[in-house]
Amino acid sequence: MRHPNLLIEISREDPHNYAMTTATPIIDLKGVTFGYPGGPPVLRDLDFTLCAGERIGVIAPNGSGKTTLFHLIMGLVKPLAGQISIFGKALREEKEFSEVRRRIGLLFQDPDDQLFSPTVLEDVAFGPLNLGKTKAEAAAIARQTLAALGLNGFEDRITFKLSGGEKRLVSLATVLAMEPEVLLLDEPENGLDIRTRAKLSEILGKLDIAYILISHELDFLTNVTDLIYTMEDGRIRRDEELHVHQHLHAHPLGSRPHRHS
Amino acid sequence: MLSEPFAVGDSPLHRLDPRIRLVSATVYSCVVALCREFPALLSALALSMALVALARLRTAEVFKRLLVVNGLVVCIWAVIPFTFPGEALFRLGPFGAAREGVELAAQITLKSNAIVLAFMALVATMPLATVGHALHHLRVPDKIVHLFLMTYRYIFVLEQEYQRLVRAASIRGFQPGTNFHTYRTYAYLVGMLFVRAVERAERVQWAMRCRGFKRKFYSLHEFNAGAGSFVFLLLISAAVAGIAALELRLAAW
Repeated sequence: MRHPNLLIEISREDPHNYAMTTATPIIDLKGVTFGYPGGPPVLRDLDFTLCAGERIGVIAPNGSGKTTLFHLIMGLVKPLAGQISIFGKALREEKEFSEVRRRIGLLFQDPDDQLFSPTVLEDVAFGPLNLGKTKAEAAAIARQTLAALGLNGFEDRITFKLSGGEKRLVSLATVLAMEPEVLLLDEPENGLDIRTRAKLSEILGKLDIAYILISHELDFLTNVTDLIYTMEDGRIRRDEELHVHQHLHAHPLGSRPHRHS
Repeated sequence: MLSEPFAVGDSPLHRLDPRIRLVSATVYSCVVALCREFPALLSALALSMALVALARLRTAEVFKRLLVVNGLVVCIWAVIPFTFPGEALFRLGPFGAAREGVELAAQITLKSNAIVLAFMALVATMPLATVGHALHHLRVPDKIVHLFLMTYRYIFVLEQEYQRLVRAASIRGFQPGTNFHTYRTYAYLVGMLFVRAVERAERVQWAMRCRGFKRKFYSLHEFNAGAGSFVFLLLISAAVAGIAALELRLAAW
């Protein structure tokens, strides 16, 4: 595992320069403001850019609008002000968003929201079928995706009878089966045991697409992302004012003198 | 928790094409529901019992389910014979049981048991997801199939949410009683369940839209009706025709 110090080094790079060197932004938010009816704005004049190949982590307290950020990108909720451009095109209408949605994969926080089909195979094949694949093609894609995630033999399992970790990995399979160009991952490590978490890290490490990952856990973020942003006052902070904090963790034989590699 | 104890098995009935089983069960129960003559109803009950035997269902589970149905039947026996006008067959204190009432209650008893047994043997012997796919292949509208499968999927999630709420109440010392505090707590609980269900529905709909849902239902299942299924269809059709003929001949007298 990389030392948390590395995080500071990476984060001190100027994200603007980083973005300049790569191709056109995939996701570009400018001055986006959003609030739920009757409440204060959750996001205020937010700017955010994701470029090809970037793996961005977002760490922020509860209620700071991280999930809302994803829902805005997918066009599930509409901003009060500002502009959302995806793949170089400014989007406003539902129709424009629905065309772009198939190219972005959103992994929901709660797998029970994502898995609505009775069996695993049907759920994973749901996306490809909607993209116009034939039944045979969709089933083949679903089987391949499941196999790639080490979920062989899960095809006929009943979705609600899966364990929490299995549900999460199957949810990821349903998103990956659509061959998205970007992934938005909403606290994917939440509620997973150490083994499943390691498996998830391994899967994410093998992916060669850009993603944004929301998490509460710095350790996990440093493992699977290259840039870590924080959110404060409805904005994403990309400067080096990252608040370094100490954290405690438990591990076997922790009471004996030891080194962190 | 919704369990499907009969869904998996290796009986001749489990192997039949689900579409044929669904259609047979539906037609059969409609015919039985319309019968009034006792010989017809008794032969239907015998046929249903034969089907259950053929499906090799666990007897204890079958009786557990029959108990639920017959709980309702007992209520019917307690009311209908004594409220029907007509000559009294026997008397219980001041109440006279009318002959027509007793007949009606007996008909209801036979019908409901015959139909429930047939459904246990023919429909409960497949997973509910398969019922959905079979309905789809039988050209039942997409919306109904969707509603059916989604209900099946989310009943569990709702049940978990209900249990969470109940636990949250009980760990804080909530003890149901006959008082306003209890009624109010249950009202909050039900209200909360509705709120959560609506929010859940919105998120599920979002998840579906994110994966390109276009209001079309796709089924990956392909059914293959083998020769055995058609033989069964022939036999069950003959049996239903027999019951209908018995009913009509007796009714004509």
